[in-house]
Amino acid sequence: MAAKTFDEMLSGADGGIRKAYEGVKRWLDGTSPERLDATRAEVDLFYRRHGITFGAYGAAEGSETTIPFDIIPRVIAWDEWEYLHKGLVQRVRALNAFLADAYGEREICRAGVIPEQQVLMNAEFVAMAQGLELPGGVHAHIAGIDLVRVGEKDFYVLEDNVRTPSGVSYVLENREVMMRLAPELFSAMRVLPVADYTEELLQTLRSVSFSDDVEPNVVLLTPGHYNSAYFEHAFLADEMGIELVEGSDLFVDEGRVYMRTPRGPQRVDVIYRRVDDAFLDPLAMRPDSYLGVAGLLGAVRAGRVNIVNALGNGVADDKSTYTYVPEMVRFYLGETPILQNVPTWRGDRSDDLKYILEHLPEIVVKEVHGSGGKGMLVGVTSSKKEIAEFAELVKARPENYIAQPTLALSTCPTFVAKGVAPRHVDLRPFVLSGRKITIVPGGLTRVALKEGSLVVNSSQGGGTKDTWVLAPDA
Amino acid sequence: MLSSTAQNLYWMGRYLQRAKTTARLIEATQRMALQSSGKEAEGVVAIFGMEDEFRQSQSREGQTQRQGRKLSDLVDFLAFDESNPSSIISSIGAARRNAREERNNITVDVWESLNSLWLELSAKVRGKRTNLDRGALIESAKKQAVMIFGAAQVTLLRDEAYNFFQLGAFLERGDNTARILDVKYHRLLPDGRPHSESLDYFAWSEVLACIGAVRTYRRIYRSALDPMKVAELMMLRRDVPRSVHHCLWMVDLSMRELADIYGTHGEADRLAGELHARLRYARIDQVFEIGLARFLGSVRDDIATLSEEIGRQFLLD
Repeated sequence: MAAKTFDEMLSGADGGIRKAYEGVKRWLDGTSPERLDATRAEVDLFYRRHGITFGAYGAAEGSETTIPFDIIPRVIAWDEWEYLHKGLVQRVRALNAFLADAYGEREICRAGVIPEQQVLMNAEFVAMAQGLELPGGVHAHIAGIDLVRVGEKDFYVLEDNVRTPSGVSYVLENREVMMRLAPELFSAMRVLPVADYTEELLQTLRSVSFSDDVEPNVVLLTPGHYNSAYFEHAFLADEMGIELVEGSDLFVDEGRVYMRTPRGPQRVDVIYRRVDDAFLDPLAMRPDSYLGVAGLLGAVRAGRVNIVNALGNGVADDKSTYTYVPEMVRFYLGETPILQNVPTWRGDRSDDLKYILEHLPEIVVKEVHGSGGKGMLVGVTSSKKEIAEFAELVKARPENYIAQPTLALSTCPTFVAKGVAPRHVDLRPFVLSGRKITIVPGGLTRVALKEGSLVVNSSQGGGTKDTWVLAPDA
Repeated sequence: MLSSTAQNLYWMGRYLQRAKTTARLIEATQRMALQSSGKEAEGVVAIFGMEDEFRQSQSREGQTQRQGRKLSDLVDFLAFDESNPSSIISSIGAARRNAREERNNITVDVWESLNSLWLELSAKVRGKRTNLDRGALIESAKKQAVMIFGAAQVTLLRDEAYNFFQLGAFLERGDNTARILDVKYHRLLPDGRPHSESLDYFAWSEVLACIGAVRTYRRIYRSALDPMKVAELMMLRRDVPRSVHHCLWMVDLSMRELADIYGTHGEADRLAGELHARLRYARIDQVFEIGLARFLGSVRDDIATLSEEIGRQFLLD
């Protein structure tokens, strides 16, 4: 792992500007500070006017906030993207093969590659999903793979998100904002467009219907407008021209799912659900859920309606399964993994646990089922007291934790109060799997706006950037 | 009411609509150019038949040094060039002159919203160009034009004057949609046949964006972009407020209102009714049998004739 932080603009050969960033550099040098300030001031206004907001659960009306957007784009050269694209396709194919296997014969366990208890004893394992035969064998239709970069050629997968990954609306809106606010920057280089994501998403959703209907009815199921990602749900439904439904808009009759409309019940073939597994069906999962549809999972099992992503995908993306993904690539595809995992110590292995407890001040410890940057310890930026407290948590439930070395995440030039300064970034590309696999170039770049911070989550003070993949001839 | 009042309101409707169309066209074209190679951008001047004027404006300013700046030149020409009669600034200026002469015949809401748009535009366009945020100004012009139409809808007395305003606005809008479809369609599919293999998603969504109907398309068809459906939506859908059919339906309605008020019937009434019926009963497969270019050509010619006949019938000239 690189000791010195890799800056995506400045770490060129001989300390020069990297080629992909030459256009950005010229733009930064050639635009007056007043013009840049004016442009930045417009951004927040733009997001508020468009209602692109992020509201936490229970927030009062009107208290939505916008996720900070940084107007300096993050640039990826074509050959870098080509490599990432290959690696992402491979990884998601393996994850899908694993999910089909985990809820099928579990051959990977019988072959001794992954212990069976890793699957069966996993809190995210959903027994009801066993034996499901899904169209195309696809379970993870929409995958968000979090990548970090530490050097010119070193990318690592930080985590896989195959439940209900969010953030793609920011990819699309960030691009709209950039085209609107800095059109001159686009003429300096040729950037691959992203606006066809919703078209590809709709085709993916339709391609996994159980029915042979040429125009299957697809809906988007949202937990409702109190959900922090509600804007994204409404945005995607609108872009695709499909209905945005809540649990109460749907019902199950004789094993089929219908939506209530003034014309009477209309059959639903595919549900793009942004509701977690536990809340999907009060008959099968949590009985106190008002967000789901009674009988939904029965209809799924009967092959009458497909839900996207599939039930029980959590077994493939929790942080303890993560360590096995390179093995999955070898086992199912017979290929060498293209994308690397971050070396990971597992709390449930006694040697690893010993190492974790001895090295807390220099490593990062995460909860196996945690997300959103919570329940984790970043040793280098924590106090002795915080480290001591966290050590007790780990000792109490070692199997609940994994640990990784502190990665020197790459930095990108970012606007901060004092001007332009490097800030750490990650990247979440969105991989669509239906009858084929498509990835819209780039993905969501999250940036840690606090100096030196490595936590990019929006709930922890992170922002976003537009991500540019340059065309091959650029 | 005087014929001169009728004339002013008719042209106020036309110019205001033209400004709105141009603003939308610029946004769609620019978006398209930023997402692809940008070759298509110049095609936009063909929609207003302004190719020669644009080339002239380019050569005036010394073509050679300006190669890399084609797109912003184009935006300036379409939005802020007062020598271009279809530019946003020219159209808003003309609409304002019409409105100013008829201040006693329109409401304060309509006059003030139009006047403040013109004041903002002319101040910014005549100010220092280097600091001009073109995108913001065009967006603002589009939004304010929408609000002026809204003010007209909620405040104008439904009398003769209102019907002349409506006539102008919808005749212009129908003509604009027909032009956009005509020019764009044949740039993308020069042989006029709606085959859909190797379809350029971005190019076709841009065609829809020119009339602000990308999401409308999804809502109606719930399927991938298809050139024939794009043509159907823009020409024949009665429920799409910028379709040629919808506009000519509104034109026909206003003509009937005027016929009721004046008790007159003439060639303009006949032609308005005939055009409306032609769009209303056309089927998209038949349109393509005739040939889209031929069909659109005859519609556009007849809209032009209708405009002349309205002038003749109501002594506007």
